[in-house]
Amino acid sequence: MASETAKRINYVRIEADQCKGCRLCVETCPTHCIVIGSKINILGYQYARFEKYDCTACGLCFYVCPEPGAITVYKDATSEEMAS
Amino acid sequence: MVKYEKPQSFYDVFERKGPGQKVTHYCPGCGHGTAHKLIAEAIDEFGVQDRTIFCSPVGCSVFAYYYFDTGNIQCSHGRAPAVASAVRRTHPDSIVISYQGDGDLAGIGTAEIIHAANRGENITVYFVNNAIYGMTGGQMAPTTLVGQKTMTTPMGRNLRRDGNPIGMCELISALKTPVYVERVSLADGKKVLRARKAVRKALKNQIDGKGFSFVEILSPCPINWKMTPIEARNWVVEHLEPIFPIGNFRDVDAPEVKESAETARLSMTPAMMDDETLYTTLSTQRDLEADKPVAELTDQFVKIAGFGGQGVMSAGVLLANCAITTGLHATWLPSYGPEMRGGTANASVIVSTEAIGSPLVNRPTTLIAMNGPSLDAFEDQVVPGGLIIANSSMISRTATRKDLRFYPVPASDMAQKLGFLGAANVIVLTIHALLEGFPCVETLRHVVPHSLKRKNLVEMNMKMIDAAVEYVAANPVEAVPQETGAR
Repeated sequence: MASETAKRINYVRIEADQCKGCRLCVETCPTHCIVIGSKINILGYQYARFEKYDCTACGLCFYVCPEPGAITVYKDATSEEMAS
Repeated sequence: MVKYEKPQSFYDVFERKGPGQKVTHYCPGCGHGTAHKLIAEAIDEFGVQDRTIFCSPVGCSVFAYYYFDTGNIQCSHGRAPAVASAVRRTHPDSIVISYQGDGDLAGIGTAEIIHAANRGENITVYFVNNAIYGMTGGQMAPTTLVGQKTMTTPMGRNLRRDGNPIGMCELISALKTPVYVERVSLADGKKVLRARKAVRKALKNQIDGKGFSFVEILSPCPINWKMTPIEARNWVVEHLEPIFPIGNFRDVDAPEVKESAETARLSMTPAMMDDETLYTTLSTQRDLEADKPVAELTDQFVKIAGFGGQGVMSAGVLLANCAITTGLHATWLPSYGPEMRGGTANASVIVSTEAIGSPLVNRPTTLIAMNGPSLDAFEDQVVPGGLIIANSSMISRTATRKDLRFYPVPASDMAQKLGFLGAANVIVLTIHALLEGFPCVETLRHVVPHSLKRKNLVEMNMKMIDAAVEYVAANPVEAVPQETGAR
């Protein structure tokens, strides 16, 4: 069991073009998995990026994010989920 | 495995919105988006999306219907709880959410929210408090803090000049009927999760038929507060929360208040009136044997005008009741000044064989003028070939128009002679009935006792009807003169 889950990690998908760069997720994430990137998206904001794979899938970033669909949180993400 | 994703109760694509159909119109860091998400998630969770009706306010969240894939009504400023009450009462299976901001709920809609709460309407109200008018550009709101700088309080809100910020939770929880009142904050992740609980609980209460639930959500407005989203979150903690303490104010499920919950629940099931009771209460009866529907009836548009106290309104009600009794459709629309007696007043009555759209009478087929000013005011509006019945006790002139029938009757004098001046209205109405062929006098006699509030005057009114019948027999109406259009 332990070895199985060890292969999989938790993952946060951030839709680049739905992020308004407010940094609330960056500020809120307890394990500091999210950063603001330097790229500018279609809305003209520097958008957030999921960077470090220490995610516990706690969902705080999802709840503090004011955009309905910008953040999706995966627990034990499959490679397909992470690729999508 | 997806653990958290965009709730189903949001549209996938916000098609009603202009460009940017995947994102909201809210500013970066706005609390509305988070509040929306919590509500949408709760709707998903309880599986009530198909019967939810979302009443959005005026304010930044005016476009909530862009986002929620539920029933939506965008309400007039401050009126969302009133609209929600009506929707909830007329659609008992619906789940009705009133979503309002602080300008909307605590400012212009104070009366609506207080009374909806006091009636214990089984609705859920989400109140997003950001202490400022957002959409209009950051003016002082009723919840603006003392000293807070806004567009309209550039030196800060002044206690002596502008009063104190209103605590809506405190106000609502002063009432006995609400079942759930809680204030939450969106200041950090933990508090958002607490807000999520409150949002769910408030919706659950409605689904369980418990009654009025109210959740105040302290929400940041970075743009109008002129801060970054992070600074705005901190400002909520440092400034808003001390003035608007978060926590539960009322929860009927708490053991110590079980009893008042019972009271509240009782108040939630008002006795519904069946049609029969309604007709009895309104003192009318249906399907009267004496008078079957008049198939050949031409629709009547009657304007009865005079000064207050002449029975203008009750004559209108009497005519409408006659129509309803006969199985016809009728509307009665009163128009009067603020004074009960002596001011000008008129009633518009429509009698029709078909359902009536607008109750307005702009072109009367019959004008009953009880005094001179009424004849002056409405003579021009009467349709050609129409009828004017004038109370000649008070009107000395005749009609200036020649393309209609003018029938003077000294109704006030006749009524006075018979012993009750106030019943002149029944005389003119009877004359209308005789000259226009509807209602028949028998119907009138039948309905008068029901329509009359003062039952001791029934006999007197019957005398008036008799007198009118005699008068018409003695004074037949003149035909419309041939030369039309002469004024």
